Amino acid sequence: MKDVMRAVKVSDHVYWVGAVDWNIRDFHGYTTKRGSTYNAYLVLAEKPTLIDTVKSPFREEMLARVGSVMDPRDISVIVSNHTEMDHTGALPEVIRYIDPDRVYASPTGVKALSEHFSFDREIIAVKDGESIGLGNMDLACWETRMLHWPDSMFSYLAKDKLLFSQDAFGMHLATSARFDDEIEPAILDYEAATYYANILLPYSPQVLKLLDRVGGLGVEFRIVAPDHGPVWRKDIGGIIDSYGRWAAQEPTKKAVVVYATMWHSTESMARALSEGLIDKGITVKLMSMEAVHRSDVAYEVLDAGILAVGSPTLNNNIFPSMADVLTYLKGLRPRNLVGAAFGSYGWSGESVKQLETYLADMKVELPCEGLRIKHVPDSSSLKQCYDLGGLLADRLLERV
Amino acid sequence: MECYVCEVCGYVYDPAEGDSEGGIASGTPFSDLPESWVCPVCGADKSQFSPE
Ligand SMILES: [Fe+2]
Ligand SMILES: [Fe+2]
Ligand SMILES: [Zn+2]
Repeated sequence: MKDVMRAVKVSDHVYWVGAVDWNIRDFHGYTTKRGSTYNAYLVLAEKPTLIDTVKSPFREEMLARVGSVMDPRDISVIVSNHTEMDHTGALPEVIRYIDPDRVYASPTGVKALSEHFSFDREIIAVKDGESIGLGNMDLACWETRMLHWPDSMFSYLAKDKLLFSQDAFGMHLATSARFDDEIEPAILDYEAATYYANILLPYSPQVLKLLDRVGGLGVEFRIVAPDHGPVWRKDIGGIIDSYGRWAAQEPTKKAVVVYATMWHSTESMARALSEGLIDKGITVKLMSMEAVHRSDVAYEVLDAGILAVGSPTLNNNIFPSMADVLTYLKGLRPRNLVGAAFGSYGWSGESVKQLETYLADMKVELPCEGLRIKHVPDSSSLKQCYDLGGLLADRLLERV
Repeated sequence: MECYVCEVCGYVYDPAEGDSEGGIASGTPFSDLPESWVCPVCGADKSQFSPE
């Protein structure tokens, strides 16, 4: 592969030297239907610099791409912006092979790296706001804790007005195109939103602070180069606006109704409830956990105003697939939702209370008691479900 | 009253503000936070905080 892998020029001094993982479908529990990329970047400064690396199986691909521009062993600086292994898996061997003069990470990154790998050399901590001198240009570093991990930082190459943003502004999207303007906008929007919902949503308050801080720096960004998916060179304003909107978690007139069912009773309830929502002008996404993945639900919840969840009672508990999606959603900390629980049961009927506990933990406003229907819902029970949809819609419409 | 900073994520607990999401009223000094209280940003426990 050595002679066929090319680096892609991103700006005057920067090349993309990452790897495309076309077939990855499970990214720590997030379904990546379009694969992903691990982006590493080469800065052709007086001190040639590598920004981040790739997941370990892709080490040769990265080095081959570097090799199309220069001998990788002439790299003198490596900067690790984020410790997670999709960006550092190749790092220990790359350091051994290149033997650079200096390796940098944020102070928290230095610690986190030492908890992943053992290095026989010093990793130098670069503090928030400090710059790394690359000879004829500087690389400014800003800590971005929790975006995505405590160790995360951005680095900014003023010479090319280029921001290396690691996970932020990224997406899981494998393409042969390297730039945003070469990809259909609807796909970019969908994948960027899915990435935000599944990776960054819990840290929305930090995203808002970061956007504020970066806005206040008065620096210009001509290129934003994340560690996954395309490089932004055309619609930087668009992706930054989207981040502001997603982080604000403002509800829209949209409901997500997610459920599991055993004998279609809870499903009938879900459908009746949805009709009640639709008749009040709410856009509905009806999602059976048999048909969708938890990360699809996270995407839909991102701009929703209502979350209604349904589960039958199975052996005194909620259905396992509902525990899956609710555990996941709880960790993602969606905010500003109105919701309700519902479900069919045979004799004991614990599921609705258990669902409500999840919703309450997620700070979902519950305007009324959940709805339990014994065995198969009859037409008056379905009317109750329909009315519950209407009630949730009314509550949401007071807010939006 | 003294502010405390989370060594993991940099969140600052300001007693004047409290932590409404965590059910902590404004005016609660760090030392009075229950042992079960965790950082609202990253989930780190009280032992990972130090005076600012
Ligand atoms: Fe990450
Ligand atoms: Fe990543
Ligand atoms: Zn914290």
